[in-house]
Amino acid sequence: MSATATLSVSTSGRKVQEVESITIRFAGDSGDGMQLAGTQFTNVSAIMGNDIATFPDFPAEIRAPAGTLAGVSGFQVHFASTDIHTPGDRLNCLIVMNPAALKTNLKDLEDGGVLIVNSDSFGPNDLNKAKYKVNPLEDGSLKGYRVIRVPIDKLNRESVKECNLSPREADRCKNFFALGLVYWMFERPMDATLKWIKDKFSKKIDVLEANTRALKAGYNYGETVEAMPVQYRVAKAKIAPGTYRKITGNEALAMGLVAASQMAEKQLVFSGYPITPASDILHQLADMKNFGVKTLQAEDEIAGVGAAIGAAYGGAIGVTATSGPGICLKAEAIGLAVMTELPLVVINVQRGGPSTGLPTKTEQADLLQAMFGRNGECPVAIIAPQSPGDCFDMAFEAVRIATEFMVPTFLLSDGYIANGAEPWAIPDVKKLPKISIVHPTEPNSNDGTTHENGTEEPGKFLPYKRNPMLVRPWAVPGTPGLEHRIGGIEKQDITGNVNYEPANHEHMVHTRAQKVANIAQTIPDLVIEGDQEGDLLLIGWGGTYGSIATALQRARRKGTKIGQIHFRYLNPFPKNTSEVFKRFKKFLVPELNSGQLLLLLRAMFLIDAKGLNKVQGRPFLVSEIEEAIEKAIA
Amino acid sequence: MAVTALPTLKPQDFASDQEVRWCPGCGDYSILAQMKKALTTVNFPREKMVFVSGIGCSSRFPYYMNTYGFHTIHGRAPTFATGLRIARPDLQVWLVTGDGDGLSIGGNHLIHALRRNVDIKVLLFNNEIYGLTKGQFSPTSRLGTKTKSSPQGSVDAPVRPLSLALAAEATFVARTMDMDPNHLTGILHRAAAHKGSAFVEIYQNCKIFNDGVFDYVTDKSSKADNALFLEQGKPMIFGKDRNKGIRLNGLNPEVVTVGKDCGVDDLVMHDEKTESATMAYLLSRMMVPEFPEVFGVLRQVSHPTHEELQAKQAEEATARRGKGDLDKLFRNDDLWVVE
Repeated sequence: MSATATLSVSTSGRKVQEVESITIRFAGDSGDGMQLAGTQFTNVSAIMGNDIATFPDFPAEIRAPAGTLAGVSGFQVHFASTDIHTPGDRLNCLIVMNPAALKTNLKDLEDGGVLIVNSDSFGPNDLNKAKYKVNPLEDGSLKGYRVIRVPIDKLNRESVKECNLSPREADRCKNFFALGLVYWMFERPMDATLKWIKDKFSKKIDVLEANTRALKAGYNYGETVEAMPVQYRVAKAKIAPGTYRKITGNEALAMGLVAASQMAEKQLVFSGYPITPASDILHQLADMKNFGVKTLQAEDEIAGVGAAIGAAYGGAIGVTATSGPGICLKAEAIGLAVMTELPLVVINVQRGGPSTGLPTKTEQADLLQAMFGRNGECPVAIIAPQSPGDCFDMAFEAVRIATEFMVPTFLLSDGYIANGAEPWAIPDVKKLPKISIVHPTEPNSNDGTTHENGTEEPGKFLPYKRNPMLVRPWAVPGTPGLEHRIGGIEKQDITGNVNYEPANHEHMVHTRAQKVANIAQTIPDLVIEGDQEGDLLLIGWGGTYGSIATALQRARRKGTKIGQIHFRYLNPFPKNTSEVFKRFKKFLVPELNSGQLLLLLRAMFLIDAKGLNKVQGRPFLVSEIEEAIEKAIA
Repeated sequence: MAVTALPTLKPQDFASDQEVRWCPGCGDYSILAQMKKALTTVNFPREKMVFVSGIGCSSRFPYYMNTYGFHTIHGRAPTFATGLRIARPDLQVWLVTGDGDGLSIGGNHLIHALRRNVDIKVLLFNNEIYGLTKGQFSPTSRLGTKTKSSPQGSVDAPVRPLSLALAAEATFVARTMDMDPNHLTGILHRAAAHKGSAFVEIYQNCKIFNDGVFDYVTDKSSKADNALFLEQGKPMIFGKDRNKGIRLNGLNPEVVTVGKDCGVDDLVMHDEKTESATMAYLLSRMMVPEFPEVFGVLRQVSHPTHEELQAKQAEEATARRGKGDLDKLFRNDDLWVVE
């Protein structure tokens, strides 16, 4: 809890403590509905006007054996009256539904933090499953926390006993009981969740009634029982005026793609194979057929990218999305799209690797794969959103770059921003930029004959005759007179015919590289946040923006001359990159990998940058970056 | 509605300006020639025809056609063709593949393109060998085939392309050969006319690495006895004296002599339109020397295509929710206003 806490008294006559921000986490078995409870809490907090950031953390197993350490699922919400960028480092409040959740989450709770425990689930069997030899509620090990023992199972069953449910069904309401309790504790109104329950269970009246009762019972328990120490109040945040919703990175990606296709007046063909954590994008788009979106659940990752390329060849916006292992499989086809110079959007929602790795955990270790992970000299455009909401803008950019430059464009998201949520100001549709796409309808050469009136006789269509930015024309099948052949064999410059000549190959390799380099002329310059020059420059990319920005603010409060840049464009880099580097003495590059951007920067800009590297499948804590800053300037 | 007649095209109008680079005597030349001929009468605009291919000798085919063409990567041609058809149901998409490209590295994609009933016409040039990589055994090479990679003979049982296509629920399954131009043209015509995925196996001679592997059905002296040409609604008769036929004994086909073992009425009547693929499957299993090998259309049934079903869902979604409205989409969650 922030230092600026003040005490007042609530309408119920109880103590209310005013604080700037709170981080809470719901943790329980993956069958306990913790993701749902966390999502509801987030929605209500956002509607109340707090700034929010969330971090769902769930196991790769859908249902690991109940009560075990492997089956613990958590959902963390950070809500504040100030501008926040991360889901919070340390928990102020932890709600645990069983001993396994306590064991795996307690380390993140601050000293003196509030620990709400479902005391009904601490029987010998439960303790055994969580590998506790002694009951932690009784051995004094929790004395550094404000422990609130609530017999949630019993109270919940009692509250729903008239609802005609089986014992199993009744127990499934207990997440709502817990939610009600924390709603009281943090002064959240229940209306939005009651409405949600009503809409969701409109066809199961018994369940509707039971969840409603459980939620209210939890709330009333907080109000009436003396066990609850205090209520907390987090005032509204000062957020730019506008209409907001909560958005996850994957939702924003899907919406950005659809918006871009509408602004390009093109159909969107999305083709992918189910993979965590990217499948949501397929789910979202599959439900947008009234936008002219077509989706294919392909037979494998290769077919996913192949169909997207085939669609692009036909003149559609072709998009595929996957995670790292899927990119491995798609590599050869992406090379074909580079060679045939077709627009293609490839989304990689990165997860921990190598191999199957950590499917549900986040990492940023696929940057060099995007950069170099194909045979031959095979440049692609690479961009990376910096937050869940930024996924909308960058998805739009991916479509813009791919179609404007006829080049595969990688969008590197990650598990953290894909599933994390933040408030998102609804954009004004009328102000979305148009994406202009022109397909040629006439041959782009003449046969050498000039008529008396000066007009020239059209010749052949030359598929690799380029514009000044070195982009070839996107001629689509169905256009009379432009029949031509493309393929993966090296192309002759201009004609696009198969060609094996050494000088031509070198020329084409350079041309493809220069074309990608030319993208820099169409992207924004880097903006330095914080000090515009100084001792230390923090350099990040992708989903780590929030943690780095928060660390920057704290370091500047301490008087450090420090700036931050965040690369949303990674290939090519923005034009002013080397100019920015000249303004700082030292460089710190925090990344959730072993130093991939670091390697590129050192090689391309010859700067003596140092890395801050973490590969634990979890995002940076702000404190970790703060410590690294202190070391760097010491 | 006024019907605009398409310009009359000649086979040479389908020839691109590229020099054809197959080995002299390759069966592919014949297939290319018959394709150009067949396309003159399919009554479809040339600019809407696309040839998609994978990798291998056969997959160079698109370069030699003056249509749109896409020479892709090894085994994956069905994926590009599927995406193309999804984006552009107005196009006629041909897919040229071989036994290695289509059945080995790309076997999975072929299965799924067929079972989805995407409207693509798959031509599988089967020469039972890897030609472009200079002569290794392929997934259709017969057991014991000696090649550089199988000096003592291959130990892998071959896949039967037609059986596989039927198992994958293909709605059009046919076989023809490079050395019978009229039959080949006729089958290409039928494939072009089919709505849904069409699978055509074409026996094709590789002059260099597997010369003569299909002589038993292409050579005049043995063709009549080894090839059974299927005709819709006609009894299955073959042989140079036209007196041999196929009869069903329980679930097993058997070769009989008409007049000696039975009458014509006892023979199996060919019905490619039967919804059940069982008889077609039995035919796909028949191999020389126990049986003649069948040529013609084994199965042709009408099922909705993947593209049609997609279009229907789009219509339903639009009818239910109205044409997509971005502003509504952005607001499809709890909203709050900050003033």
